[in-house]
Amino acid sequence: MNEECLLEVNRVNTFYGLSHILFDVSLKVYKGEIVGLLGRNGAGKSTTMKTIMGITPPKSGEVIYKGEAITGKPPYLLFRMGIGYVPDDRRVFSDLTVEDNLEIVYRRTNQWSKHRVYELFPHLKDIRSRKAGHLSGGEQQMLTIARALMGSPELLLLDEPTEGLAPIIVKSLEDQIRKLKEAGISILLAEQNVRSALKLVDRVYVIDNGVIKFEGTKKALEENEEIKRRYLLI
Amino acid sequence: MDLYAVLSQILVGLSRTVILFIVSSGLSLILGVLRIPNVAHGSLYMIGAYAAYTISKYFGGQDTGFWVALFGAPLFVAFLSFIVERSVFQFLYEREHLMLVLLTFGFSLIFGDLVKLVWGGEYKTVPVPRIFQGYILLFEHLHLPIYNAFLIIIGPVVALLLWLFVNKTKMGKISRAAAVDREMVGAVGINVSWVFGVTFVIGCFLAGLGGMLVAPTISVTLGMDHSLIMESFLIVIIGGLGNIWGALLGALIFGLTQSLGILLWPQFGIVFPYAAVVLVLVFKPKGLLKSTW
Ligand SMILES: Nc1ncnc2c1ncn2[C@@H]1O[C@H](COP(=O)(O)OP(=O)(O)OP(=O)(O)O)[C@@H](O)[C@H]1O
Ligand SMILES: [Mg+2]
Repeated sequence: MNEECLLEVNRVNTFYGLSHILFDVSLKVYKGEIVGLLGRNGAGKSTTMKTIMGITPPKSGEVIYKGEAITGKPPYLLFRMGIGYVPDDRRVFSDLTVEDNLEIVYRRTNQWSKHRVYELFPHLKDIRSRKAGHLSGGEQQMLTIARALMGSPELLLLDEPTEGLAPIIVKSLEDQIRKLKEAGISILLAEQNVRSALKLVDRVYVIDNGVIKFEGTKKALEENEEIKRRYLLI
Repeated sequence: MDLYAVLSQILVGLSRTVILFIVSSGLSLILGVLRIPNVAHGSLYMIGAYAAYTISKYFGGQDTGFWVALFGAPLFVAFLSFIVERSVFQFLYEREHLMLVLLTFGFSLIFGDLVKLVWGGEYKTVPVPRIFQGYILLFEHLHLPIYNAFLIIIGPVVALLLWLFVNKTKMGKISRAAAVDREMVGAVGINVSWVFGVTFVIGCFLAGLGGMLVAPTISVTLGMDHSLIMESFLIVIIGGLGNIWGALLGALIFGLTQSLGILLWPQFGIVFPYAAVVLVLVFKPKGLLKSTW
């Protein structure tokens, strides 16, 4: 392998109470790539993200980040190691202003600042003194990404960033995600919108019922009609 | 009815409001951010009063003693709560509310016994410092004890400081975010456990401050925590759980109905605040201001 492996998920099994959700899920993210995690509703995409972030630690298996085992570490330490998490349900701090949402974040380095974040999302600057709870869905999505960037992440976990947004906003978010890649951030992108994801990703994993069913390049997935039909409904 | 009597009762009510506000704002802060209904909050108020007695006595029972106690007693309570939080509470934040009620109730019993052990069962008095003795003549017939005037000034000062903490400091902003979504606060690199610890200690400091401030106006005695913790919970409920301005509003309603009620119906003045609570809850079951729950 000539590229450096940033994240390695190794046969994790995750449970919610007694229900077994992830079965021996393994995946890798190399430095500089956007990796897609595709699957239908309830396939286990969000659970995989939460497992990596330490929110729902796995019962077995391990998560390795930059060569270090991080399984079982609390989320705040993972953030401080450079893993940004953007949840699917847009959990902005609704009681705080846009600016305060950015300001309370732990700053790991000065690589990303409010200034730089506003450059990427100019609209956020215009509404910086508005309460986050009063923002539209698209604005909240920008804010959750901006918030994660304030920690200068090396790896970004993006959980369905375009879900429920108008096509024009989806398009501009796609552009911004590309800019993040250009800025050197590696991204694990969970999506059920396969068409949108394929515009961004380098490699993909397909997950269904908590099991990884396919792993390969974007091209390999595009050519595999069987996988697309069975697990992605296209 | 005598206008002066009414005005004078309003002033009495306002001094009472200050004590109630200081104690219940601490209770509300802890309830809003940590989601702990801290039944032991009243005991910390009582310990604040006893600590004020000991400190004041140690420094000769006069002005110096009072000023040292003003800061020393709440700090002592804050220190005690810091130990309890780090050694016990920090591990229990995820538990159910009923469990927390029972646990903090247990602590209130332990604190009650400890107070009895350390200070004994007799009444204690804390002298009013010399500069606060006597009355201010507001109008011809309207006398206001200087100590009450001092309380009425302290109230807004505490409210302002609390407002600054919650709205202008990073820690305050983080605690507001954590009140709503503690998991996400952790996921942006913040060690929520420490935020909770600090918030808990500040809330308990306020209980201690309330106890210290009330001490010169009453006989400090075992059991002084019982009625106060009841009143504080009612204030927090009618104000809106976790809302500090709600605590101010609730304390005003409680303090004023109590003092004016006594004027209206001397034998049963005590029922008025409770009637007000019932009235509020009939029309606004979730409290007057927005709850953070
Ligand atoms: N808190 C929870 N408790 C119990 N089961 C849960 C919980 N959260 C998710 N699940 C279950 O785990 C499975 C995987 O859910 P997950 O949220 O990971 O799917 P997803 O791929 O993100 O789906 P979607 O595209 O709808 O977001 C589902 O069957 C879901 O019902
Ligand atoms: Mg999901």
